[in-house]
Amino acid sequence: MPSETTSDAAVEPNHVLEFPGGYTRSVGPVIGRFLSELRDGRLVGVRTRDGRVLVPPTEYDPDTGEDVTDEFVPVGPAGTVKTWSWVATPGRRHPFDRPFAWALVQPDGADTALLHALDLGVFENGAKPPKLLKTGMRVRPKWRAERTGAVGDIECFLPEVTMISAPTRLEYRVKGGRAMERFLEGISEGRIIGHRCGVCGQVIVPMKGLCPRDGVPTTEEVELPDTGTVTTFAVNNLPDPRAPEVPFVSAYILLDGAGLTMLALVAGIPADQVRMGMRVKAAWRPREEWGATMANIRWFEPLDEPDVPFDEIKDYL
Amino acid sequence: MSREIAVVSFVQTEHTGADAGLSETEMLAPLITEIKERTGQKRFGFTCSGSNDYLAGAPFSFVSALDAVGAWPPISESHVEMDAAWALYEAWVKLLHGEIDTALVYGFGKSSQGVQREIATAQLDPYHLAPLGVDQVSLAALQARAYLDRAGVKEDDLRAVAARSRAAGHDNPYALHLDEPDAGEEYDVAPLRPYDIAPITDGAAAIVLAAGDKARELCERPAWIRGIDHRSDPHSPGARDLSRSESARIAGEKAGAAGVEVAELHAAFTHEELILREALGIGEATAVNPSGGPLSANPVMATGLIRIGEAAARIHDGTATRVLGHATAGPCLQQNLVCVLSGEK
Repeated sequence: MPSETTSDAAVEPNHVLEFPGGYTRSVGPVIGRFLSELRDGRLVGVRTRDGRVLVPPTEYDPDTGEDVTDEFVPVGPAGTVKTWSWVATPGRRHPFDRPFAWALVQPDGADTALLHALDLGVFENGAKPPKLLKTGMRVRPKWRAERTGAVGDIECFLPEVTMISAPTRLEYRVKGGRAMERFLEGISEGRIIGHRCGVCGQVIVPMKGLCPRDGVPTTEEVELPDTGTVTTFAVNNLPDPRAPEVPFVSAYILLDGAGLTMLALVAGIPADQVRMGMRVKAAWRPREEWGATMANIRWFEPLDEPDVPFDEIKDYL
Repeated sequence: MSREIAVVSFVQTEHTGADAGLSETEMLAPLITEIKERTGQKRFGFTCSGSNDYLAGAPFSFVSALDAVGAWPPISESHVEMDAAWALYEAWVKLLHGEIDTALVYGFGKSSQGVQREIATAQLDPYHLAPLGVDQVSLAALQARAYLDRAGVKEDDLRAVAARSRAAGHDNPYALHLDEPDAGEEYDVAPLRPYDIAPITDGAAAIVLAAGDKARELCERPAWIRGIDHRSDPHSPGARDLSRSESARIAGEKAGAAGVEVAELHAAFTHEELILREALGIGEATAVNPSGGPLSANPVMATGLIRIGEAAARIHDGTATRVLGHATAGPCLQQNLVCVLSGEK
């Protein structure tokens, strides 16, 4: 039999068998009850004489051939996948035009299973079965809003909810504070300004208006050179729009004369050649691109100077 | 309680209704300097802060505030992602252990930087509430409706709370000085009108706690903590009677709220004051929010701590002998803390 699911490229048929408007079938009291319940958004099975519950129901017990009882039992709607197949390339009569699964779903409270489509989300045609798809997985019907009394009143089954995505977006108008504003004013002129602490004497850059060591206000401005030493660094393998390439290096840089390190990118050298103690200099963007932003300094590049011994930087890691 | 612990000093910023251009750390630093000078203490046995990263929109934003404290050599420090009243509670517990004699507590918040009512949505249950996008004012309005319906109170009664609070705020140099509520104002989220809602405020506050003789050394009239308790209601607003605050009632009972002369209540909405009065059994004899309360200045994450500070200040200045500070957190008064203070017996 030619497989419609895998090669249904529109072959023009030269013969068609069709019953215009559809063939009418009476459903009888058992299937009729099942479909009527479906139309109402409920899933029921029928009890056999030996107590099993058949879903979808038949008029007879498939094991014994005996008539079933007239007891209809609400089941599910959640159920367990007993077996499945994965349609990687859907055919034109399939319920989806993207990969999906067929599954035998045994609704809770039933002793048999119902075949239906199982939607596991959006995949590229040809995709491999997702790991989530397993025998034993828990699923629930997705009901159509408009139901007619057909098995298609269940559009498909969906996995039980095990995860949600919780998008968060909050909007702010943030000011950096007075000290940061002054620091960036300096940066916009190509100057790196810090504050000297009146107690411990260290230079804080970027300054914060207070000494984090002593907790006292600072006001004495000091201009620092744009050269310094890498005290420690990390090699980053995830792309970042600010970095020239992957991998790139982010480093703590102790500017000459500073008492605190600042975090910056290091470039102009392969990542595996960056060293603790390496001497670096700021690479500024062209002056016409400057603003009140740290982006004025693209990154730091190596200087042709001997490395600083570890002992001199060990307190700045 | 084995050890007596008191609020010995309280400072706060002159709160602003708009961004004054200061970073959180810059806002806080002068306060820390001031409270160190007032108490003559350069270091404290323990430091605990309350703030909210969502307000600043940055993770671990409380860490940079530590710069204001002078945290070197390393200090014993902690932080709560709650109003700083809960930081005070943590410091109180730490003092009870008996290993330290002083603690610095501070809280700060700049609600001018974002949309406060939307930011508060981020604290909600992420399954049933947050995805709806329901905001803080809408939730408060649900509670207001429930209270008005149950208590037979009118919207005019809510406006009276706003009017009294705003008038009192004019006598408080640290509060915003807001106009008398205008009865003609349209609803914000009905039944709440703009004056029923605490103003957007930037600010900070700090308190020093001390134990026993250390407290007597640092303060002429220490405000002794006689009882402090905090309780929580279910988070889901549909799982409790919104028209009452059962958690505030229990916390008040445990802390000994009865018979206070002054009550500073963390009511960020007018109806919350009425619900809290009922829960805490506060009658007409008690002065409620003589500082103007949150309806006159609401620097979130410090507002509750300020209630304790303002109440303690009435002991410090000798105008009252038994006072109460209340703080709340979560949607619709979900969590409540009550702190009862008094002078020497």
